[in-house]
Amino acid sequence: MKKVQFLATLFFTGVMLTGCSDDNDPPELINEEEVITTFTVTLTPNATGTAVTLQTKDLDGDGPNAPVVTVTGNLTVGATYTGRIVLLNETESPAEDITLEVEKEADEHQIFYTFAGLNATAVATNNDANGNPLGTKFTLTAGAASTGSLTFTLRHEPKKPNTGLADAGGETDIEVTFPVSIQ
Amino acid sequence: MRIYVLLLLLLSNFSAISQNCNNTLSGKVIDLHDGSLLGGATLIVAGTEQTVVSDIEGNYTINNLCDLSYNIQVSHPFCLTKGILVKVNGNMTRNLYLEHHLEELNEIIVKGLSYNQKSNSIIEKKIGGDDLERFSSGSLGDALNSLSGVSSLNTGNTVVKPMINGLHSSRVVIINNGVRMEDQEWGAEHAPNVDINSTDNITVIKGAGALQYSGDAIGGIIITESSKVAVKDSLYGKTISTSASNGRGGSVSSQLTKSYKTGWFGTAQGTIKRFGDFEAPNYMLSNTGIFERNASFRVGLNRFKYGFEAYYSLFKNNIGILRASHLGGAQDQVRAINSSRPLIINDFTYDINSPKQEVTHHLARFKAFKRFDGLGKLSLQYDYQQNSRLEFDIRRGDNRDKASLDLKLTTHSVMLDLESKLSETLNLKSGMVTRYQNNVANPETGVRRLIPDYDKYDLGIYGILDYRLNDQWLLEAGGRFDYTFMDVFKFYRTSFWESRNYDELFPEIVIEESNNQILTNPQLNFYNTSATLGANYAFEKEYKISFNYSLASRAPNPSELFSEGLHHSASRIELGDLRFKSEIAHKFTLNFQREHNVFSFSVNPYINTINDFMVIEPTGIQQTIRGNFQVWEYRQTNAQLLGVDVDAVFEFARNLRYTHQFSLVKGYDQFRDNALINIPSANTKNEIIYRNPEFQNLRLALQSDFVFRQNEFPDNNFEVFIPETQTTEIVDVSTPPDAYHLLNFSSSMDFNMNEKSILTLGFNVTNIANTTYRNYLNRLRFYTDDLGRNFLLNIKINY
Repeated sequence: MKKVQFLATLFFTGVMLTGCSDDNDPPELINEEEVITTFTVTLTPNATGTAVTLQTKDLDGDGPNAPVVTVTGNLTVGATYTGRIVLLNETESPAEDITLEVEKEADEHQIFYTFAGLNATAVATNNDANGNPLGTKFTLTAGAASTGSLTFTLRHEPKKPNTGLADAGGETDIEVTFPVSIQ
Repeated sequence: MRIYVLLLLLLSNFSAISQNCNNTLSGKVIDLHDGSLLGGATLIVAGTEQTVVSDIEGNYTINNLCDLSYNIQVSHPFCLTKGILVKVNGNMTRNLYLEHHLEELNEIIVKGLSYNQKSNSIIEKKIGGDDLERFSSGSLGDALNSLSGVSSLNTGNTVVKPMINGLHSSRVVIINNGVRMEDQEWGAEHAPNVDINSTDNITVIKGAGALQYSGDAIGGIIITESSKVAVKDSLYGKTISTSASNGRGGSVSSQLTKSYKTGWFGTAQGTIKRFGDFEAPNYMLSNTGIFERNASFRVGLNRFKYGFEAYYSLFKNNIGILRASHLGGAQDQVRAINSSRPLIINDFTYDINSPKQEVTHHLARFKAFKRFDGLGKLSLQYDYQQNSRLEFDIRRGDNRDKASLDLKLTTHSVMLDLESKLSETLNLKSGMVTRYQNNVANPETGVRRLIPDYDKYDLGIYGILDYRLNDQWLLEAGGRFDYTFMDVFKFYRTSFWESRNYDELFPEIVIEESNNQILTNPQLNFYNTSATLGANYAFEKEYKISFNYSLASRAPNPSELFSEGLHHSASRIELGDLRFKSEIAHKFTLNFQREHNVFSFSVNPYINTINDFMVIEPTGIQQTIRGNFQVWEYRQTNAQLLGVDVDAVFEFARNLRYTHQFSLVKGYDQFRDNALINIPSANTKNEIIYRNPEFQNLRLALQSDFVFRQNEFPDNNFEVFIPETQTTEIVDVSTPPDAYHLLNFSSSMDFNMNEKSILTLGFNVTNIANTTYRNYLNRLRFYTDDLGRNFLLNIKINY
């Protein structure tokens, strides 16, 4: 019996040692597949003038660095703009266009526009298959001169149709605020 | 003394030569199973019909024997009568072993005495038999919750994490059928992967002093065991089925044991459990179903001198997590907390969708023991565990059905233990353990690893001495040393690596840098010492006072070291710290108890001082594209927990008994001079039980469960700006819910079906008044009320 136990100990120690030395290769790098690093809104005036780009970029995702927000210019009093939203995951190379995924699952997504202190309105111009707004494309109408902020909120699995953000529910995938002036 | 022995030997030699019939045969009559001494055994020598009876300590002496072979028949009221052939040659000493009857074994099991004491000076609480079977459709945590000083940290009502004297997760060690559970137990939302039906008896040790199991159980140890199988030709088993109204489901569990009088035995057991969405008093808790499938097998040989056992169990669980608890950032948290109802309520379904957990746990163990004269009982055990954990979040696009977390944890252990009796009054338990563990995170998830890939090696050595000074005093002392080595491959975000200054502190562990991430190879060593010292004083037959001091050391777990990222189900960013060292606890416990037919009680105050206590708490707000998230960072501090557990039983009339439990624990962070988070509030359970053994073993019980409000808590609230309303709102993640009171009823009756089978019918109601309440220790309390009324029907057949 003692011999058996000794042999058993030897055997299992052997198993463990071989178990230990199997692979010391470093593991594979994982790039976050779903993270949205870059949110870009291009506002192209329907009349003449230069386009305005609003962008927020956070290359480290949930990491400690805050997003970098850029606004290329002011909106013009009374002008109407065609808005286009592009979502990118730039941790992957080449960058993955997440807008395509959102538009493909339009019935489960919606973008909301919130103006604060800004005399402007926006209306979604693209819809999901059920005719409810999606909002990656929109029309923005600037009113009188004012300064404030414009917030875009992307909700995943909201209640559709809804009467607005307060009623939509779902989870917030994106919430970005830009300082904007109308002059 | 030695001279006498020599003389005796010399004399016996002479007598052998002279063929004298003056030989004496003496020795002890011993219980084959637990080694206890059997007094009152009758020994009859065949042929001469000489009859002697063993004394109270099992000693017997037969005089006037010749140098011949004798057949001696040994009988005892509790044991099988046995004929033993003894070849007498001079004066001899021989111990005789007897086996218990099956009935006697069963009786002992009910009393919980067939189990070895785990520790002599720390309070142990046991649950077994009917009390355990009532939780057949619940979880290990539910059953443990019924003991004083044990509570649970819940995620909904199906993920129930046991908490002992205010501590949980890595600070509570679970020994499941002799194997230390390695099932990603660091996670507050990871329930123990143990089928409650695979165990016959659960012991909770409220302290770290049972060093034969571990040295790092700062909170305590939970031990699940199976009953010993009788050494008898027999076939028996039981089936328990439970149906419940809340969750519209139930469970079925069956067990069958075959045993032989040669000592061979085999047991097979299986459980299936299924529930759909549970209900709070006013609404459905959508996506809270559970589907669990378990099986276990055991074969072995049980002899007094030697034996072995092989055991395998499979645990498979699929648990839905409340849909409304899956949130984005702080703005979603505000909405969810401020709403009186969960934000998502759907119709009842058995389907389990994301967010959900899928866990599979394999456990295999092989154990052998042999008793060596003069050395003691030596056991060798090898065990293997494989835990695969999948967690699914709400995802988009192609990743929709892919797990966000996919971990595979494999553990091998070899243990060698020796139990020796150094003298009549001195016992020594000693042993060693080596363990190898490997964790692999599947890169297919497309989500950065929550826990990195690692190899971990442990080596532990222990020794525990107990000394019986006299009938009153029992002293105990023990020590243990553990060495842990971790070899880790971890990808850090470059921004985090630099913000923590790790680039200057640990430049040597960097392997490569790419794409905003840094691959590192931390190699960590931990040297942990633990010890225990205790005394037990018994007086006036029914009173007992015990005192224990335990020193426990725990190495940081992978989550405390390496967390770095968004924790979806908590809607917060969690950060670990690579620089952590082991936390060290000093726990003093006192227990005063009385065991009496009419009035029994135990009072158990304790104080636990923990240096370098690892605690996670909020340190700020982080802005991301998804909105703002609260950042929770692990930190080491000095903590102190103190409390008291009280139990009392009063048999105030025939068949009527009243039981009382009260538990209080306070936890403080001594650096911040503040209360610790998630400390159970004071609670008291009071129950009146009527039992009539003469009328179908009728049992009726009414229980009141009162949970006070936790008034001591850290203020972790934070403010968040809500763009849509242009307001700043407070996110209240601190305020505990109000006190609550629940009433529960349970009943059962036995019916004899035939000679061998007993049918037990049970009917229980929990939360009779359908009270709306929230529990401070339920992580989903922010979003939803707890469970409403539940009717349960139990059917048990013993055969």
